[in-house]
Amino acid sequence: MFRNQTLPPVDPLPEAYEPIVKIRNLSVWYGERQILGDINLDIPRNRITAIMGPSGCGKSTLIRCLNRMNDLIPGARIEGQVLFNDQNIYAPEVDVTELRRRIGMVFQKPNPFPKSIYENVAWGLRIRGFKGNLDEVVERALMQAALWDEVKDKLHTSALNLSGGQQQRLCIARALAVDPEVLLLDEPASALDPIATLKIEELLRELSENYTIVIVTHNVQQAARISHYTAVIMWDENRIGRLVEWGPTRDIFTNPKDKRTEEYITGRFG
Amino acid sequence: MPRELLDSEIERLQNEVLSLGEMVERSILEAVQSLKTRDFEASRRIISQDRAINEKRFSIENDTLVLIATQQPMASDLRLLASILEIISELERIADYAKGIAKINLLIGEKPLIKPLIDIPRMAQKAADMLHRALEAFVRKDVETARAIPKEDDEMDALYDQVYRELMTYVIANPANIEQANYLLWAAHNLERTADRVTNICERVIFTVTGEMRELDVSEDIRERWARQAGEKP
Repeated sequence: MFRNQTLPPVDPLPEAYEPIVKIRNLSVWYGERQILGDINLDIPRNRITAIMGPSGCGKSTLIRCLNRMNDLIPGARIEGQVLFNDQNIYAPEVDVTELRRRIGMVFQKPNPFPKSIYENVAWGLRIRGFKGNLDEVVERALMQAALWDEVKDKLHTSALNLSGGQQQRLCIARALAVDPEVLLLDEPASALDPIATLKIEELLRELSENYTIVIVTHNVQQAARISHYTAVIMWDENRIGRLVEWGPTRDIFTNPKDKRTEEYITGRFG
Repeated sequence: MPRELLDSEIERLQNEVLSLGEMVERSILEAVQSLKTRDFEASRRIISQDRAINEKRFSIENDTLVLIATQQPMASDLRLLASILEIISELERIADYAKGIAKINLLIGEKPLIKPLIDIPRMAQKAADMLHRALEAFVRKDVETARAIPKEDDEMDALYDQVYRELMTYVIANPANIEQANYLLWAAHNLERTADRVTNICERVIFTVTGEMRELDVSEDIRERWARQAGEKP
């Protein structure tokens, strides 16, 4: 699994991009059941990549492979490689905690800790024994997450009093506080109302100037609205998730090459 | 899994485009017929019918926008609806050409025609026929036909060429014919432009089906051809 293998090329795109993550021949099993089969995909740096597909096709499993969250699932097994800045993240010497700092994750349901707003953002830094100016970092992270103006006067009140959309932006601030390079978001807006959803989308678009973002969504319109690149995953006849197509979002949504993509995004799948 | 609401509304809009196309086709043929038979009543009717064509165009445009807003179509559905928006605007412009020909009949007034009209009605027939088949190709998603129709534009150019040369001989014979020759050439020009707009419609058919967006190679512009024949650079 860790041997040096020749990397297969992914389908060339019509435009140049710099991959920060390269997924090569990735297959995933949970126990006996294969979830993903032979995925080859690049994640371009400082761009938003949307991973789309029907429920249960393995989208979440795929992004969980990108910061080894699947290590926490008993019986999970992978084959293939995930290269982050050309380093295989599954190599034995990799420090998984450090990996998860550099590749952060935000989940579907906002999950703030039952602590103050401030402590939620400061948490990642505290456990790493951060010695710098904590106030400054917390403020910067909350500003980046477009939450500062709404919470600056109540930083020491409970995060659980925030609205769902604010809680989700707090979780994004918490992820940003530890200075990651990549943010993985698993359906980050599916539990939010349309206004809060648009706020998150605008925020992600802004963040993509400095961060690489991978977002899992089964909301076709959301992928079309915010992402630069789109990857479509669907299961095959053995219910193994496969990459069907990927490319610039504008091409995928106006003129997809694969019939299955066409059926999925025009709403005729199933 | 079909999307019944979207699919049935797309089908209805396509039928509306066909029905707009029929109105436009009729306008072209009737306008030239009214010129040929010097029927002022018919010309006035065509001019006032143009309002109905414009209204229908706006109604289709509005329904298409509503469908885009409410159903969020993607990929081939989106291309088809975008093409409808383009095609109805081409149709409206063709109807304006027909209206222009009807106006020419009124402008020529009571004076008799300097020559019997033969090639201009042929051009009208040809243009209406190309239009009819282009819209059928749109509804049937027939790329092959859409690629073939613009090649027939040569025939239109040749007819226009003929009309031009013939009218020039009338002008040379009697300079008093200049005004009417100019009007008739204007009518022929409108028909030649109609065929060019049919080519635009064919481009949209190809875009709808394949996503390919480019200009079809049509024959060279008539003025370029004359310049070439005269040994000049256009």
